[in-house]
Amino acid sequence: MTNDTMLSIKDLQVHYGGIEAVKGISFDVSEGEIVTLIGANGAGKSSVLRSIAGLVKPSGGSITFCGDNITGRDSTVIVKRGITLVPEGRKIFPNLTVLENLKIGAYMRSDDISEDIQWVYDLFPRLRERSWQAGGTLSGGEQQMLAVGRALMARPKLIMMDEPSLGLAPLVVRDIFEIIRQINRQGVSILLIEQNANMALKVADSAYVMETGCITLSGAGRDLLNNEAVKKAYLGT
Amino acid sequence: MVKNKKRDWILSLASAAVILAVLIFIDKRAHYSMLASVIQKAAIYSLLAVSLNLLNGFTGLFSLGQAGFMMLGAYTYAIFTIPSASRASVYQYFNGGAITFTLPVVLSVIAAGLVAAVFAWLVGKPCLRLKSDYLAIATLGFAEILRALIQWDVFGPVTNGSNILRSFPSFGSILTPVIISAVCIAIIVLLINSSYGRAFKAIREDEIAAEAMGINLAKTKMQAFLISSFFAGIGGALLAMFQASVQAKGFTSAMTYEILLIVVIGGIGSVTGSVIGSFLYIAASEWWLRFLDDSVTYLHVNIPFMRGGFRMVVFSVVIMLIVLFYRRGIMGENEFSWEAVLRFFRDPFHLVSRAHKKKAAKEAAGHE
Repeated sequence: MTNDTMLSIKDLQVHYGGIEAVKGISFDVSEGEIVTLIGANGAGKSSVLRSIAGLVKPSGGSITFCGDNITGRDSTVIVKRGITLVPEGRKIFPNLTVLENLKIGAYMRSDDISEDIQWVYDLFPRLRERSWQAGGTLSGGEQQMLAVGRALMARPKLIMMDEPSLGLAPLVVRDIFEIIRQINRQGVSILLIEQNANMALKVADSAYVMETGCITLSGAGRDLLNNEAVKKAYLGT
Repeated sequence: MVKNKKRDWILSLASAAVILAVLIFIDKRAHYSMLASVIQKAAIYSLLAVSLNLLNGFTGLFSLGQAGFMMLGAYTYAIFTIPSASRASVYQYFNGGAITFTLPVVLSVIAAGLVAAVFAWLVGKPCLRLKSDYLAIATLGFAEILRALIQWDVFGPVTNGSNILRSFPSFGSILTPVIISAVCIAIIVLLINSSYGRAFKAIREDEIAAEAMGINLAKTKMQAFLISSFFAGIGGALLAMFQASVQAKGFTSAMTYEILLIVVIGGIGSVTGSVIGSFLYIAASEWWLRFLDDSVTYLHVNIPFMRGGFRMVVFSVVIMLIVLFYRRGIMGENEFSWEAVLRFFRDPFHLVSRAHKKKAAKEAAGHE
């Protein structure tokens, strides 16, 4: 792995009232990497992403991005620094057009965004065709594309995706992962959360397995794919 | 596209000129007619409806404090513009009142908006954390409390207690309210089409996603609330000018519901709809349906239900029908565009395209 660590999580804890969802985990994301967190429902994966994005305040630990401590900062600051989140279940704006959705993605920017719109449309030609359609009328796969495109409009250095394959047909899932690779090749680091461990581990440079708020296994994506414990628990083979 | 833009500009300017000419004509010929009064009141209600729509329709914050902010605007305007000479007679129970100076009309109208916005900030700080129904209840309560406070004797030297405020400058021409409302609505439309407006809509659609995009929820909601209240205050000042008198007991929650109704009839989330809705609503309630309140003798029989108040019964039924069968209102979420108007004239009710289809179908049948 490269040494230029971009995002560094140290002993992160997240509580919801009295429930401890994340029990002190640590991991790093290096520049240009795809990192994945896999694990069952309720393992605390989403809580990790939400606390990095500033949607929930962590109760302990530190989050460092490009050398700055961003622990507990507002999402406004975090998006500005270059981290965007593709939320779980897509969460596009259903009554706004595809173009409006993309423009809101660039809300924190004050420079010209027309080039970025073209860039997103080149990545997802389907969105260009549906530019004037309301987001809610798109199919599930197209909505996922829109959610990813919207997050890219902020010109992030790191994009975090919360289960991008959720509820999509296998063929569409393959397309989405192809796009994840493509975005990564253009220099954007990716932190991916998945239950589809097979696909996620194939694209990931490094991977972590989470169980009930702790990291139980870590390693290169390919290695974990062949790990007996992972195979048994998540790959079903 | 560019050519269309030019055409749209020409059409807009031409129609604005026509409307202006008609208004001047009405102003000269029939200043005291029902038509003139409907135009003035509807113009003011357009602004009030658009400002409520900015909050309810575009930002998704269900607020029922509109009458309270209007009252603040109306009182601010009235208090600052009553001529010094008339103060003794207006404030007869409070020794001529505490305020002895008079501000220019334009300044007072702006002050009306600002006072409403300041109170909106005070109310918004705790209340905007609430969602949907709870926010509605809190803002409704605020408006009611404020109405009681203004009527309180202790504030009498400023607000004149529960007595009427009058003698302040009113409209000279029916153009004044129309132009002020039009300018304010134009500002709101520009705002809605800017990145501010996009942030408002994003919050309406999905708060979590909006926050993930870096939109500061508390700050953006407060912005929408302040802007909406500012224009409600200005609308209140205009209403004071139109009525030529102000009294707190007029600004009941029924007034908020009236404006909310206009928003619903016009279409939640459509500025055009709010404007059309307010003209229709005011014309119907003040003018077209007024005959329902008069007793009618038909064939020597006095129809028993045609009496004072029947108008409101008919009105309620109309409203129920709209809410049940026409929920999206007149415009839905659409806005006026010349493209749509021209399309309608080329092909009214799809008559032409339907005829074409029929003809094509017939020919196809003939070939077989």
